[in-house]
Amino acid sequence: MPDHTSQPESTLNPADWVDRHGDTLYRFALARLRDAEAAEEVVQESFVAALGARDQYSGKGSEGAWLLGICKRKVVDLVRRRNRPDTGTGGDLGPDPSEAMFDAKGNWRLDPRILKGRPEDALERKEFWQAFRGCLGRLSQRQADAFTLRELEDLKSDEICKELGISASNLWVLLHRARLSLTACMKSHLEKWGLL
Amino acid sequence: MLRCREVSKLVSESMERDLPLRQRLAVRLHLMMCRMCAGFARQLRLLRHAARENPERLGPDEGAPEARLPDEARERIKAALHNGHE
Repeated sequence: MPDHTSQPESTLNPADWVDRHGDTLYRFALARLRDAEAAEEVVQESFVAALGARDQYSGKGSEGAWLLGICKRKVVDLVRRRNRPDTGTGGDLGPDPSEAMFDAKGNWRLDPRILKGRPEDALERKEFWQAFRGCLGRLSQRQADAFTLRELEDLKSDEICKELGISASNLWVLLHRARLSLTACMKSHLEKWGLL
Repeated sequence: MLRCREVSKLVSESMERDLPLRQRLAVRLHLMMCRMCAGFARQLRLLRHAARENPERLGPDEGAPEARLPDEARERIKAALHNGHE
């Protein structure tokens, strides 16, 4: 006899997954991987893994949230795969923007402040996000992946080191270079748009 | 006396681990006197906050054509799920 007390979202409908959740998972993956092909791969892997694990769905929380949780893990898996030491990017910390940003004495060549006044207000502006997104895409893949796992996904440093197969000090270098490059790149974008 | 170049590195590192006391004090002293480094430090925290609160805004906008799972992939994934079902 059917249980009429159960919530509608506590059952899984794999036949509708792609139409109902495909775009959400794809957009989630694309924001973190910046590569359409990789994002498609992750969406497919997520749905296939979910199908195999559907007996483990507890019925708590929505189907969409459950699928997104699986997708999150698959994104990290893909980041690990594409940063494996044998992919050619192993150990590569990417370009160091320090020379361009500091003079010989170690002082800023340019004012690094991209957000004047109340920086928090910038979050309301679409130009801020356009610059942030565009500049993240221009980092080396490893720098961008480190930044994404740390700042978007809020993974702990030691987890990221394990995923990327690097030491803690290399992770700090990657993140510092990423942050400096983002600063320089976003500054030039926002200046060009007359927002500084 | 630390230079801005070293301070920028330590400010970034301090977001990943607790700095040793001496470095922490040296950075704090520098930030009190250097508005550019203080602004940079504040900005890094803001970027972190922005990215964590709104990660989806770092991808294509909702409703934009490139935010949609391409049809070809859609069909491929449906087929893969269908096969996995049998």
